[in-house]
Amino acid sequence: MEELLSNAWIVIPLRIIIVVGFVLTAVPVLTWVERRVLALMQIRKGPNRVGPAGLLQPIADGIKLFFKEDVLPERVDRFIYFLAPAGFLIPVLCAPAVIPWGPDDRLTPIADVNIGILFLLAMTSLTVYGIVLAGWSSNNKYSLLGGLRASAQTISYELAMGLSIISVVLLTGSLSMRDMVLNQQGGLGLLNWHVFRFFPLGLIATSIFLVAMLAETNRAPFDLPEAETELIAGYHTEYSSMKFAMFFMGEYASMVTISAVMVTLFFGGWLSPLPFAPFTWIPGPLWFLIKLGVFIYFFIWVRATLPRLRYDMLMKLGWLRLLPAALVNLFLVAIILWWQK
Amino acid sequence: MFGQILFAIMALVIVVTSIGVVAVRNPVRSALNLVANFFALAVLYLFLYAQFVAAVQIIVYAGAIMVLFLFTIMLLNLGSPSELSERGEIKRPVTWGLALLFVIVLAGGVFVRLGKAQPAADDLGTVQMVGKFLFTDWVYPFELTSILLLIAIVGAIVMAKRRL
Repeated sequence: MEELLSNAWIVIPLRIIIVVGFVLTAVPVLTWVERRVLALMQIRKGPNRVGPAGLLQPIADGIKLFFKEDVLPERVDRFIYFLAPAGFLIPVLCAPAVIPWGPDDRLTPIADVNIGILFLLAMTSLTVYGIVLAGWSSNNKYSLLGGLRASAQTISYELAMGLSIISVVLLTGSLSMRDMVLNQQGGLGLLNWHVFRFFPLGLIATSIFLVAMLAETNRAPFDLPEAETELIAGYHTEYSSMKFAMFFMGEYASMVTISAVMVTLFFGGWLSPLPFAPFTWIPGPLWFLIKLGVFIYFFIWVRATLPRLRYDMLMKLGWLRLLPAALVNLFLVAIILWWQK
Repeated sequence: MFGQILFAIMALVIVVTSIGVVAVRNPVRSALNLVANFFALAVLYLFLYAQFVAAVQIIVYAGAIMVLFLFTIMLLNLGSPSELSERGEIKRPVTWGLALLFVIVLAGGVFVRLGKAQPAADDLGTVQMVGKFLFTDWVYPFELTSILLLIAIVGAIVMAKRRL
């Protein structure tokens, strides 16, 4: 076993299978969880016919999507139209490569590179190509508007997100995701996590990241690119069958990825909240999954709670509220760190 | 060996997409060629151990600037490519002449300097080294550049607001 795990030709494909496999398996489960939780919050039943408690519903949906007719609208830019769903899904699946899922560095991350968080930002900023190209190549004005909205939204919120991440980078002194988790390890357990550092500065950075991550994944209340009341379905109006399914998978996979980033950066990654007996019995990867689940639940909870923002409100929030707040917060964190030195 | 094969592939991608940027008639596809080019270039930076430069290449150029380029191209909706081409102009031969001149100068420069070139230090492109240089030796040029960019932003806003 030890020998197998030290062989790069075996361990790297194994890591890729673990990470990508987990994210891709999480997607159908998430669709079921989302529909059930939304139903629970809206006092209705949700999918409950296919299998026990509707658990087989994702499989039924998958089969349906796979065998549906693939409609190609007239006068689309074929090459880009076919390329766009893959251009969206691939960066989403690449992004979790640098996230450590447990204390054992042999299985995850796929690569503990010293530019970890930069790699992640690069990959999340690339997902917008898939959306904007899908919107453009569909030859449909609603799709085009959806694509343009998505690109403007992603670029606007990336700034606030990046600035809140930089405060974590300042605290850690490293860009490696593993170092960021290890930096949150300490005697106080929970209180040593970045979210509670320099109270309330860590909490502000966390909140900014929280809002920005909703906007980056195009989830409610920031789902303007696919606002069905104004844009039908936005950028994926013209997509059907598996190509639509790829956008769908990409959206859920990016939810998993960005929640994992949130857990890693601010909530101690695989670390247990309190460093004594009953908590330390639960292994690190399980803690990571529990925290991941909390944030995915948060995504669904927000969707059921908040109405969609108007487009100018979205831009105002991003540029005039979050960005200045993130700048001031970063400045204060830097001052405290300098003063402590 | 593996590295050499990867380098060859990336070099080929760079050459093909660079030609594609200027040769393709559809403006959106031309922009996409440039994006692919930036990617291959980022991989070449990784070969030089310049991880930071590679990441910034993707975040800034491929992730932000090219998205805005695409945004502008789509909003302008440049019509059919055939309407854009101009016939019987003097521009075309002049362009070819200048391009040829550029290639000659570049090739000459490479041949003259080839023997004297020294490989860069291994850690020149890492986050630590870039940060160290940026905030010690080059801090004044760095800050001056940021002021220059600020002036450009203010200028753009003033010009845009005049018509509002």
